[in-house]
Amino acid sequence: MKNTRGTVIGLIAILGTAIFFLVPFAFIFIIASKPLAEANLLEFSWPEQFVLLDNLRQAFQARDYLLVIAFINSFLLTVASVAGLVIFGAMVAYVWQRRPGRLGPLVSILVLAGLIVPPAVVPTIWVLQKIGLFKTMPGLIFIEIAFGLPFCILLFRAFMSTIPRELDEAAIVDGAGPLQVFFRVIFPVLRSVIMTVIILQSVFVYNDFANPLYFLPGTQNATVQLTLFNYKSQFTTQYNLLFANILLVIVPALVMFIFFNRKIVEGMAAGSVKG
Amino acid sequence: MASTLGTTTTPPIAPVAPEGTTTRGRRAGPYPYWFYIPAAAIYTVLFLVPTISGWYYSFTRWDLFSSTWIGLKNYQTFFAEQALVIGLRNTLIYATMTSSLKVVIGMLLAVLLTAKIVARGYLRSVIFFPVLVSTIGVGMTFTVLMDPEKGLINKALGVIGITGPDWLVNPKIAIFSIGLVDVWQGVGLATVIFIAGIVSIPSDYYEAAEVDGATRFYSFLHITLPLARPAIATVITLSLIGGLRSFDLIWAMTGGGPGFASDTIGSVIYKQYQAGFYGLSTAGSVVLFLLVSAIIVPLTWWLNRHEVDR
Repeated sequence: MKNTRGTVIGLIAILGTAIFFLVPFAFIFIIASKPLAEANLLEFSWPEQFVLLDNLRQAFQARDYLLVIAFINSFLLTVASVAGLVIFGAMVAYVWQRRPGRLGPLVSILVLAGLIVPPAVVPTIWVLQKIGLFKTMPGLIFIEIAFGLPFCILLFRAFMSTIPRELDEAAIVDGAGPLQVFFRVIFPVLRSVIMTVIILQSVFVYNDFANPLYFLPGTQNATVQLTLFNYKSQFTTQYNLLFANILLVIVPALVMFIFFNRKIVEGMAAGSVKG
Repeated sequence: MASTLGTTTTPPIAPVAPEGTTTRGRRAGPYPYWFYIPAAAIYTVLFLVPTISGWYYSFTRWDLFSSTWIGLKNYQTFFAEQALVIGLRNTLIYATMTSSLKVVIGMLLAVLLTAKIVARGYLRSVIFFPVLVSTIGVGMTFTVLMDPEKGLINKALGVIGITGPDWLVNPKIAIFSIGLVDVWQGVGLATVIFIAGIVSIPSDYYEAAEVDGATRFYSFLHITLPLARPAIATVITLSLIGGLRSFDLIWAMTGGGPGFASDTIGSVIYKQYQAGFYGLSTAGSVVLFLLVSAIIVPLTWWLNRHEVDR
């Protein structure tokens, strides 16, 4: 009896999620597959002429291959910021967890502040200008690191407390310096949480819109999210290309999700509860 | 910097201290504070300095090169000009609406998805996936779906005999329409946090309650809800912070329009910046900072205090 009940509720839920969650994605796919005139009707129907590949090609070629440049920019931004977040975040979490000392409370206040306080936009631009990093990729990378650190530090710290101290002590007794202990002994043990941080932060940085908008303006600097936005005005009469573009932007997230579903969900739940 | 290993590492790990000091007599301990430096430098320069100097510049007329002290004038403008007051009010409405809907719907979904039903894994994945999708992409898609005449939502509602509202076109409801999309995208995160909270409750409690003849609803009220309290606190805090800071989705869907009807502080800050009113924009940042702190700090304290009480 229980099983039939579970099946019925499950089927209702499948139908419900299909309407609410799958239809919007199906809509993106369908419009992206239609020729211009048909797409602009915005109807939820199977394309009479299926021209997805052609639309994708056109979306890539638009504005002198701006989308290709944007993908390269987004890729650079994501890889560099995530690398910085992993290394610097783990270093902080390591010392913070192992040696709370007098600085410990200060670190926790700063981490909490970083999680709660919304960044002040114009003063940040002003600082970036002063140090010559405004409108530069390195500037945006540092911004992503600064804003992402608190979350990463918390995730690393939670995991760090599960690593036995005997591990570092053994290495210290063997005469290893702090850097060696950290990079040769601790870092490899952190592998699983490092994967989590890499996956989560890649998704965050890749999807980030506000920071590139503010701190890296300029067409040639556009990241993927920004091209989407810039295209808006241009493509209001070309819905097939707009949606082809949206589809392309979503694909990396979908790939990450297919491969790392479990890790992402666990990491997000753990990270949020810690935060 | 640490003078000796012994003094700094004594409290937590007594055994290693003597060995550490005797080995090489290194000056820095095994956990040197300079490990903080790269992170601290980036965080200080790009987060602390802007935040704190913003407090000063919010009292000035500012063009990034020179600034003139004008006292509270920016704040007066902020609270006097109709367009900006709407932004303030919308921010509160939006944050309250999205976070309460995420808590309620997320909890219902979490209870459903921890029950014995078919296709649980699939359902969890489908509900969570939008969390990972570009907010701008989601916003643009729903802008099209919410079109009053051509949009799929109103067409579908028409089929079952309901005249759909003018979602984003009607200034009175535009902010709520965006809020619904925010909930659509973010409810998956609330759900997985609740699921994590619910599965950590020992099943004996439910079994004992069942033996005592408790109904499912009674168990939910008296076991699930109180024991999932930390998860609920987390979801409320996270979604309030997100809601108060909201900008991406609003900018992608209406750009604050029609008129200023769906502006929030986040979009006001951007608009004032674009218009070159840097002091006013920075005052907006400070207002947002104060608003977030005034809501989140007491709330966190209150939620955690109850957690200890239990």
